[in-house]
Amino acid sequence: MNRLTTTAIATLMALGLAPAAQAEIKIGATLSATGPASFLGDPEAKTLEMLVEEVNAAGGINGEMLELVMYDDGGDPNKARTFATRLVEDDEVAAIIGGTTTGTTMSIIPVAEDAEIPFISLAGAVDIIDPVKAWVFKTPHTDRMACQKIFEDMQKRGVTKIGMISGTDGFGASMQAQCKGVVGDYGIEIVADETYDPKDADMTPQLTNIKNTAGIQAVLNPGFGQGPSIVTRNYKQLAVGLPLYQSHGVASKGFIDLAGVEAAEGVRLPAAALLVADILPDSDPQKAVVTAYRDGFEKKTGTPVSTFGGHAYDAFMILKGALEKAGGEPAAIRDAIEGTTGYVGTGGIVNMTAEDHLGLDLTAFKMLEIKNGDWTIVE
Amino acid sequence: MSELLQFLFSGVTVGAVYALVALGFTIIYNASDVVNFAQGEFVMLGGMATVFAHAAGLPLPLAALVAIVGTAAVGVALNRLAIEPARGAPVVSLIIITIGASIFIRGAAQLVFDKQIHTFPAFSGDDPIRILGATILPQSLWVIAGAVLVFVALWLFFTRTLLGRAVLATSNNRLAAQLVGINTNFVMTLSFALSAGIGALAGVLVTPITLTSYDVGLTLALKGFAAAMLGGMGNPKGALAGGLLLGLLEAMTAGYLSSQYKDAAAFVVILAVLFLMPQGLFGRKSTDRV
Amino acid sequence: MKLTPKTATLLVLAALVAITPFFFPSGYYYRVGALIFVNGLAVTGIVILTGYAGQVSLGHAGFAGIGGYACALAPVHLGLHPALAVVLGAVMSAALAWLVGRPILRLKGYYLGVASLGMGILISMVLNNERWLTRGPDGIDVPDLGLRGVLKDWGLNLSNGEFWYFFSGIVMILGAWAALNLHQSPTGRALRALHGSEIAARTVGVDVSRLKLQAFVISAVYASVSGSLLALQNKFITPDVAGFMHSIEMVTMAVLGGAGSVLGAIFGAGILTLLPQVLTVFAEYEQMVLGLVMMLVMIFLREGLLPSILRKLRGTGE
Repeated sequence: MNRLTTTAIATLMALGLAPAAQAEIKIGATLSATGPASFLGDPEAKTLEMLVEEVNAAGGINGEMLELVMYDDGGDPNKARTFATRLVEDDEVAAIIGGTTTGTTMSIIPVAEDAEIPFISLAGAVDIIDPVKAWVFKTPHTDRMACQKIFEDMQKRGVTKIGMISGTDGFGASMQAQCKGVVGDYGIEIVADETYDPKDADMTPQLTNIKNTAGIQAVLNPGFGQGPSIVTRNYKQLAVGLPLYQSHGVASKGFIDLAGVEAAEGVRLPAAALLVADILPDSDPQKAVVTAYRDGFEKKTGTPVSTFGGHAYDAFMILKGALEKAGGEPAAIRDAIEGTTGYVGTGGIVNMTAEDHLGLDLTAFKMLEIKNGDWTIVE
Repeated sequence: MSELLQFLFSGVTVGAVYALVALGFTIIYNASDVVNFAQGEFVMLGGMATVFAHAAGLPLPLAALVAIVGTAAVGVALNRLAIEPARGAPVVSLIIITIGASIFIRGAAQLVFDKQIHTFPAFSGDDPIRILGATILPQSLWVIAGAVLVFVALWLFFTRTLLGRAVLATSNNRLAAQLVGINTNFVMTLSFALSAGIGALAGVLVTPITLTSYDVGLTLALKGFAAAMLGGMGNPKGALAGGLLLGLLEAMTAGYLSSQYKDAAAFVVILAVLFLMPQGLFGRKSTDRV
Repeated sequence: MKLTPKTATLLVLAALVAITPFFFPSGYYYRVGALIFVNGLAVTGIVILTGYAGQVSLGHAGFAGIGGYACALAPVHLGLHPALAVVLGAVMSAALAWLVGRPILRLKGYYLGVASLGMGILISMVLNNERWLTRGPDGIDVPDLGLRGVLKDWGLNLSNGEFWYFFSGIVMILGAWAALNLHQSPTGRALRALHGSEIAARTVGVDVSRLKLQAFVISAVYASVSGSLLALQNKFITPDVAGFMHSIEMVTMAVLGGAGSVLGAIFGAGILTLLPQVLTVFAEYEQMVLGLVMMLVMIFLREGLLPSILRKLRGTGE
């Protein structure tokens, strides 16, 4: 029996080694490189392409080349599900990275779970990993964590009554709900709750109502895309004069340019270390990682780095670590991903467990404040 | 009081944006009875081309001019390559052609430009003007002035100039127009160039307020289409009134009722208006030919 | 036995559903096939509305949204079996179409377009905003239909992909059968008369507004059931199903393939469902190619793909 197995393996290896140069591990991705979430999906796609190139140039993983099969679902959950099926059934990938938005992620999950293929999502909502699903992981901080980080900071400043203005897209609506869920823990009350459409051109009516609500001490704006920039401009236009908090959806230097240096002054937001690579103290364990990724990405694409690309970076590196340890078998990869500890990434230091398929805690977020058109870290 | 005024300012600003887009629909519709769903892409092209020309070193006014002329050329090409060959096709085919064109232009824009969000500086700074406790940005005044000027120019064009009447004649009866010596090909080319140019001008004016990216066109086209239909398609007066009304409705609903349902309020009003006046507020009465 | 167009259409569809799986290299093709059938069902409704009755709707995805969310919500809140939820969705869609259709079908051309567009946007807005009920833009889980389990107990063990392929295929054929019957009925003839000339139809005593309303309601039911099937198949649904782009997609599929016939429209659904899968080879040029295809077909093959191809085959070109 034992000898038979050994022979079988030897034969297989011989067969496998003959075309040694073609030995490869296929990894799949379905991202929203176009459509309403394209400025999330675009850097994610470019990051994955860049990293696969790098790994292959360095000789692959344990001598095996990586092949990246990537599809653009345009942010449509139905398409994402079809592409996930294609990755699993037709391309026969060993693992899937993707799901730029929560909607696309949720529609990929049943496919990955049914086929028992490890899946690392790049979307925000906490529902993706809570409750834990055997084959599903994610790299971005959850929106609930962002709310907690913001409310912690508000609490420190003695804020008890706030107004919220949220985008009606998936990101804004999910974070709005999560914030309402945890706000009570911090002794804070939401006394004004407004929304806007992500394509709206002007939010002054909503902000006027918030401004005129008695007792408000700060305003929080969960959203991504151009919405937060316009809210920040309108906020200044109306001279609201209270602390304004943006969310982690504001994830690149572009926000400051779009909102305008003057309007963005004093805005606070929770963000990953990636945004502030330069001002991190040298002792910070993330400094080397985020600086290297930022320089690589900006050199390759000529566009400023964003934390969304960072999520893809973390997902790929975690998967790469698992592949190095476990080889190309989905079940072994899954176990290895779940066993990730002490991975230092752009989003923080990841320690996964069977109960926690994210592996980040609140320390992964830094509270930033914009001063003179640049980020500063609030201590 | 200052609250109401603030809502009014917001409504007029947004309304002027819609009106500019709606006005762009007017000319093509008048010349060819086509509602051009790619109109929003003209607005996008105007904004994006200005951003990139400006970034390439052109001064802003020159960049804007380049963008407007370039977009007008795209409009002419659209007519030559897609609309003219499909003359006489049913409404639904024309809707699909122009939506196909809009998908095509958007796809090209994401390659030629990029997928980032962009803006350029407002023409007269960002310091809000205060009136009775409410504020309005100088750029909003630019947009409002732009909408009014385009409206007046179009209104004069269609009622006072021979060429404008030729456009209307072409729309009413192409053959008859040709018989009385109107160069209908030229009229069509001119209409698309003007429409695209107005769209691009809208893009240049609104970008400092709304920001721009390769995919802003669809929303703008839908809102502009709704505004034009509310006012009555084909009539510059209708486009201006429809746009402003739509913007005011959204702002007032967001201010006084619910910001979640502000777009809903706008569409409910459109449905109600069309129910009472099937040709919109200022639309032409049409009769069916048997 | 002489082959009527109706029998021919049904035979072609049945043969397609039954035979193509023999050529499927992997399970992924069942998924694409199932999507084609779901879309095929929706566009059959568009054939009745646009192809037969000559009316344009830019908001039919709204009904697909109602059908889809009925399957997500009714089993949880009302304790209905998912199959009954499909029926409930269809009834709700029909009722809404009847209510809305009466005023808006008086409008013509682009005015009808914008009114139906508004209706669709209102529905999708409710699905997006009423988070307490629909869980908002990130979507909601849909319970299992349970039919696959029943078949398994009877000894017919199908994979998930296979089951949805055949089930959607059968529902689509039933839908096509109903539409073809309607086409031959007196109502169908009156509808086509209406398409030719509304005034002429009215003069010969056709109750024009009642007919248009009927076509609108029936097509809404088709859209609703297709939305239900999509939700049940994905076991998950988001408000995108009710979005403007989905409405446009339905109309485009029907018109591109040939809205005048059921087979043509289903052909269009097949092409436009396959296209994004094939176009992945164009990577970032995908959007441009899609837009180009839409324009070229509408310019050069005005009656739609299938009628034009058939004419070529018969050698009776224009």
